[in-house]
Amino acid sequence: MAKVIVVTSGKGGVGKTTTSAAFAAGLALRGHKTVVIDFDVGLRNLDLVMGCERRVVFDFINVINGDANLNQALIKDKRHDNLFIFPTSQTRDKNALKREGVERVMEELKQQFEYIICDSPAGIEHGAITALYFADSAIIVTNPEVSSVRDSDRIIGILASKSRRAERNEPPVDVHLLLTRYDPARVARGEMLAVDDVKEILSIPLLGVIPESESVLRASNTGTPVVFDEDSPAGRAYIDAVARYLGEQREMRFVTAERRSFFRALFGRA
Amino acid sequence: MAFFRSLFQPKRNSASIAKERLKIVLAHERAGSRAPDFLPILQKELLAVVARYVEISEEMIRVTLGGSGDTSLLEINIEIESGKLKKSGSGSALGAAV
Repeated sequence: MAKVIVVTSGKGGVGKTTTSAAFAAGLALRGHKTVVIDFDVGLRNLDLVMGCERRVVFDFINVINGDANLNQALIKDKRHDNLFIFPTSQTRDKNALKREGVERVMEELKQQFEYIICDSPAGIEHGAITALYFADSAIIVTNPEVSSVRDSDRIIGILASKSRRAERNEPPVDVHLLLTRYDPARVARGEMLAVDDVKEILSIPLLGVIPESESVLRASNTGTPVVFDEDSPAGRAYIDAVARYLGEQREMRFVTAERRSFFRALFGRA
Repeated sequence: MAFFRSLFQPKRNSASIAKERLKIVLAHERAGSRAPDFLPILQKELLAVVARYVEISEEMIRVTLGGSGDTSLLEINIEIESGKLKKSGSGSALGAAV
């Protein structure tokens, strides 16, 4: 049975699209046929992060409106056979994502894919609600910072009340915390909320901690999901998170500060 | 060494302040998001009634709706400072005015 995973956060700029791209690619690398959908109508960016912006012909809205069929709009990733990208439209009509239309497309995607990753827009408006409505699982992307944690709490509440599972009194959406842009050195100095603090405040299970890393910007610069960068701590942390999602036990890496030489501390960060 | 550290470090680290602030604001918001609309009005009316008998201010009364599963629990907490009980008689006078 296909699983729908929403990547959401409430707050913008915390790493939803980066996470969607990395997680989808990670699932594909593990042998699962996966599609990642951009729900951010009007502010399409998943195509850029996935490096397929020049291959977009038809989009989500075209398929909903029946102007194109699903297979015309799906873009097959050039790096991995199991990975597909479903871009959104750049229309300004925010309500173009009609729930019935989205439902029909989701059902069709479930026939073809094992995992459907929904990259949610920020906020709690129509687009974000539509992105989470069909979810079986949710990845709550959170930065160790007060406004992000507060907005995550809000979106967890919305998942519990406004998702289809909630409306139908089905078992609730299983929610996972993914802490991103984590800086263990600052945590050690008491300048940043620690992973255990965020876990305690939000009281949802922890899927992973992604360290603040230069490789994330490098990945988006080049349009490559960060999991394809084997040298990247962030990429490896995402690979671990995917493994945990699939039920494996893996120790949390990158949560304690690395000892650095005096000169490296002076002249730049890894 | 500890002396030098105390020179350069602020008294309390900002992460623990963040944690405490978040806990307070989220406790408030979680309670608020499930509360029906009438709670603030109920709180005001209760305050008016109690004030006839006891000296009380707005922050001394808390009305929350909690519970789990099929049962709801309406909790009313009224804090009364000792010695602030009014003498009998004043209550009925105020009562007549309402």
